[in-house]
Amino acid sequence: MNMSAAISPVRTDIREPQSKHPSKAQSIVIDGMSKSFGDRRVLSDIDLAIPAGQFVAIVGRSGCGKSTLLRLIAGLDQATAGKIIVGDRTVESLQPSTRLLFQDARLLPWQRVIGNVGIARHDGWRKAAAVALEDVGLADRANDWPAVLSGGQRQRVALARALVSDPGVLLLDEPFGALDALTRGEMHRLLERIWQEHGFTTVLITHDVSEALRLADRVIVLRDQGVALDVQVELPRSRRDIGDAATMTLRSRILAEV
Amino acid sequence: MTAAMLNRFRGGRSAVLRTLAPWALPLVLLIAWEIMARSGLIESRLLPAPSAVFAAFWESLWNGTLLTHTAISTERAFKGLLIGGGIGFVLGVLCGISRPAETMFDSSMQMLRNVPHLAIIPLVIMWFGIGEEAKIFLVAIGSAFPIYLNTFHGIRTVDSGLIEMARVYGLGRFALYWRVILPGAMPSILVGLRYALGIMWLTLIVAETISASSGIGYMTMNAREFLQTDIVVLGIIVYALLGKLADSATRALESKALAWHPAYQATERTTG
Repeated sequence: MNMSAAISPVRTDIREPQSKHPSKAQSIVIDGMSKSFGDRRVLSDIDLAIPAGQFVAIVGRSGCGKSTLLRLIAGLDQATAGKIIVGDRTVESLQPSTRLLFQDARLLPWQRVIGNVGIARHDGWRKAAAVALEDVGLADRANDWPAVLSGGQRQRVALARALVSDPGVLLLDEPFGALDALTRGEMHRLLERIWQEHGFTTVLITHDVSEALRLADRVIVLRDQGVALDVQVELPRSRRDIGDAATMTLRSRILAEV
Repeated sequence: MTAAMLNRFRGGRSAVLRTLAPWALPLVLLIAWEIMARSGLIESRLLPAPSAVFAAFWESLWNGTLLTHTAISTERAFKGLLIGGGIGFVLGVLCGISRPAETMFDSSMQMLRNVPHLAIIPLVIMWFGIGEEAKIFLVAIGSAFPIYLNTFHGIRTVDSGLIEMARVYGLGRFALYWRVILPGAMPSILVGLRYALGIMWLTLIVAETISASSGIGYMTMNAREFLQTDIVVLGIIVYALLGKLADSATRALESKALAWHPAYQATERTTG
């Protein structure tokens, strides 16, 4: 959808009220990046260019460094070598326009749902939070404690929390891994719709190839500290059943590389 | 009568039973005590009958001595708690969020904590005499440590995932402490408060018994000299009631401050 906007316009006014459709998606450029923890090298000389608005899935075995890559893009960790550019800025610390969804929802148990969604408490947060909750279909749970929500609902609240600030980049670290199959299907539909509405650049970490094929424009396989496969997924949306020949071929290609 | 009605009837009766059951044993003991005291099995100079204690209660209530002494004791207790608990809380927060502060204070606090604070009573009497300061000082020392320890521990055990999340979502330093770290430490801090309340009464009883010219402890020691056993027993009961009252107040505070906590969201349960 946003392929023409390979480099997004510079936006620094990140705190402005939610302006929906005009996307402020940001591109991600990873340039010769390596990451080591002590002597152990996790990622080695990675080059990647993700255009603004693209939905990328990163697939790999556990321990292949995919979560590390996500944390580096988020600015939570620093690369050992090379650099990451989001939008037009080199990532050196946390980016206000980048939002991260964790494996667990990480809601504050002592804040009600609405308070969790508007956690940054910028001006007019209550209204923006209500809109975001509406967006994920939880408007009626605004005044509940997180403890009474189901796992899927908690992740939806976490998604709403990410949406409030209208992010340019949304990073997802296996957020649906702990959910049952039915709920996961619901979350896939929800995420796809929201991504289409907001147009942010999305990087989804997953070990589930079907999930990657269900959602992503592009699948990247990480193996042996580097990119083993980088394929475009040119299937029409929404991809409810992925049993056709083209998908199966792609699927086995990806699985062969994981 | 339908089965549902029968169940409701049974449910209603068992609810009444559940409320009354905890009181059955004390009541039986009380009646046995009364009978033994009246029949002369227990000498009333050693242990007066419950009715005599009640009479003493009634009398001291009307002549005002009970309320005066209780008010003085309560005031001392809470002054000490406020000072000691305040110091413990501030130091706990400081050491919890700052490594240099921990290095500076924590080992000293751990060392002092292991000194039984009642052991310094002779020193305290030499310093302050038997004035108000002595009692308040002792209560403050006693209640500072449980609050310090639990605040420190509570802050250090806040889920690091939540702190990381708060950073990703751009919370500033103050917001991080106020909205993430402090509420996260609150269950532990309140446990500390309950411990501190227990120690507060204990310390005060000892301090007032040894050196005081007013308060419940003084009232009982004074009564001992005149062999007014009923007043002594009354004093003990007043201490028990004050302790229970403070504990109930903390429980109420807990269920309000921790309303978000799954443990406090269960259906209304009477815990006595």
